[in-house]
Amino acid sequence: MSTTVLEGKNIVRDYHIGGGLFTGPRTVHAVKGVSFKVDKGKTLAIVGESGCGKSTLARIITLIDPATSGDLFIDGNKVDIAKGGLTKEMRRKVQIVFQNPYGSLNPRQKIGDVLGEPLLINTDKPAAERRDLAMKMLKKVGLGHEHYNRYPHMFSGGQRQRIAIARALMLNPSLLVLDEPVSALDLSVQAQVLNLLADLQDEFQLTYVFISHDLSVVRYIADDVMVMYFGEAVEYGSRDEVFADPKHSYTRTLFAATPRADVASIKARLAKKKAA
Amino acid sequence: MPLLEIKNLTVSFDTAAGPFMAVQGIDLSIEPREVLAIVGESGSGKSVAMLAVMGLLPNTATVKADRMAFDGVDLLKLSPSERRKIVGKDISMIFQEPIASLNPCFTVGFQIEEVLRFHMGMDRAQRRARAIELMKLVGIADPEERLSSFPHQMSGGQCQRVMIAIAIACNPKLLIADEPTTALDVTIQKQILDLLVSLQAKYGMGLIMITHNMGVVAETADRVIVQYKGRKMEEADVLSLFESPKSNYTRALLSALPENAVGDRLPTVSDMMFEPAPSAVGAA
Repeated sequence: MSTTVLEGKNIVRDYHIGGGLFTGPRTVHAVKGVSFKVDKGKTLAIVGESGCGKSTLARIITLIDPATSGDLFIDGNKVDIAKGGLTKEMRRKVQIVFQNPYGSLNPRQKIGDVLGEPLLINTDKPAAERRDLAMKMLKKVGLGHEHYNRYPHMFSGGQRQRIAIARALMLNPSLLVLDEPVSALDLSVQAQVLNLLADLQDEFQLTYVFISHDLSVVRYIADDVMVMYFGEAVEYGSRDEVFADPKHSYTRTLFAATPRADVASIKARLAKKKAA
Repeated sequence: MPLLEIKNLTVSFDTAAGPFMAVQGIDLSIEPREVLAIVGESGSGKSVAMLAVMGLLPNTATVKADRMAFDGVDLLKLSPSERRKIVGKDISMIFQEPIASLNPCFTVGFQIEEVLRFHMGMDRAQRRARAIELMKLVGIADPEERLSSFPHQMSGGQCQRVMIAIAIACNPKLLIADEPTTALDVTIQKQILDLLVSLQAKYGMGLIMITHNMGVVAETADRVIVQYKGRKMEEADVLSLFESPKSNYTRALLSALPENAVGDRLPTVSDMMFEPAPSAVGAA
């Protein structure tokens, strides 16, 4: 039987915006009761437009922000950071990779220190061991020993995203939250990073929550797909179900809006243009 | 006669480590009423080539070309003030970041009317009428009201519509769109692409789409130029490019699309490319 790594039940997140001189306070319902479940070694993709609450959900899953209400279970244990009592062990289990590889690395920190820092904070491993582990991880993500003493500005966007992935993996997490990890990358680099993610998932039995607005990437990488719209999960099912038979009208709009790069649809467009 | 004709364009930037060649001998021509897409990854020189046409490069850049003519006028021989009469009027350009491209200190109405005042010499009432007409044309609801909005009061998609309104204000013959939808959501992207293509057909403009998105190319272009590291890899009409790509680089790009994945790993460009950059195959 497969084990459930992540489960969310009816997760709600409200943001209270204090009133100004002329405006009253109001509440933004960013996430309105979302439930999901991800098994070990699987990938859940969360799709939606900007402002639909997908990144808020990512922050809740990564234990950065608390949920307003609802239950979050990681490896079967209920977690509530609003109540405190979160151990380093729990923190270790969930890691995140952000969208912008230029913004998520400290420009004044060498790559070796970037990778060693999670170990320094969360474990009591000696410096020599931290260094060894960082070297090994660099190899795993396709970089070399010579990169250990370099600064982030010496790397390309794709390499920086590899570093961000390496940093997230330093503590052997069971769950990796990927918040638009490839949308800032070129097509060819995107393919490399997606392949790397697939390789790492096979090797470490990682569980991914993959947040994206690009349906072609989602179709390639996901096992399950959740479509969010204004804070609600309007569609949730296996990848094949969602892509073959979208139930909600918003999902259908989203599919229709995605540009298609196949010969048949180009022919159809050119024929339509000729007729017009 | 082609609308824009460029022969052997070279752009180099002076850097501390010597000149950097961003564009290396690009030939390009676009006919009136044609949609040309220039595809390439970052660093392929696709934006720089078009900025050279607009004369918007910083003065560290050296632009050389055997010929760069717009509508029969040699752009290389024009004085800056003569060039400013063409740029923004007959050739206009929209950019990737709509919110950053608009001036945050002025209302969008002011910014649309500014072009009309400078290039068309319209009086106040004419300008306002034309601005309202343009806002309607690009699909902004309540144009009279929205003219007095500031850019920060509008969404990214609406700002891009305002940018398009400014770009088409003087009925340009050529519109250059530099990654017009990269910063936008897919549903908004679709609307903006449809808008651009319909305006292009309605006014018979030439349209150059600079993009890295193969889907956008497939949905809009008549003809496509593929660039890599400042060189042209391939030029073909859109159907033959997707059906039978001739250069290795185009083939690699197309197979790296996730929707074309066969098996559980994607072929990457570096798998199929050999260093250094190969010479173009089948370039016209």
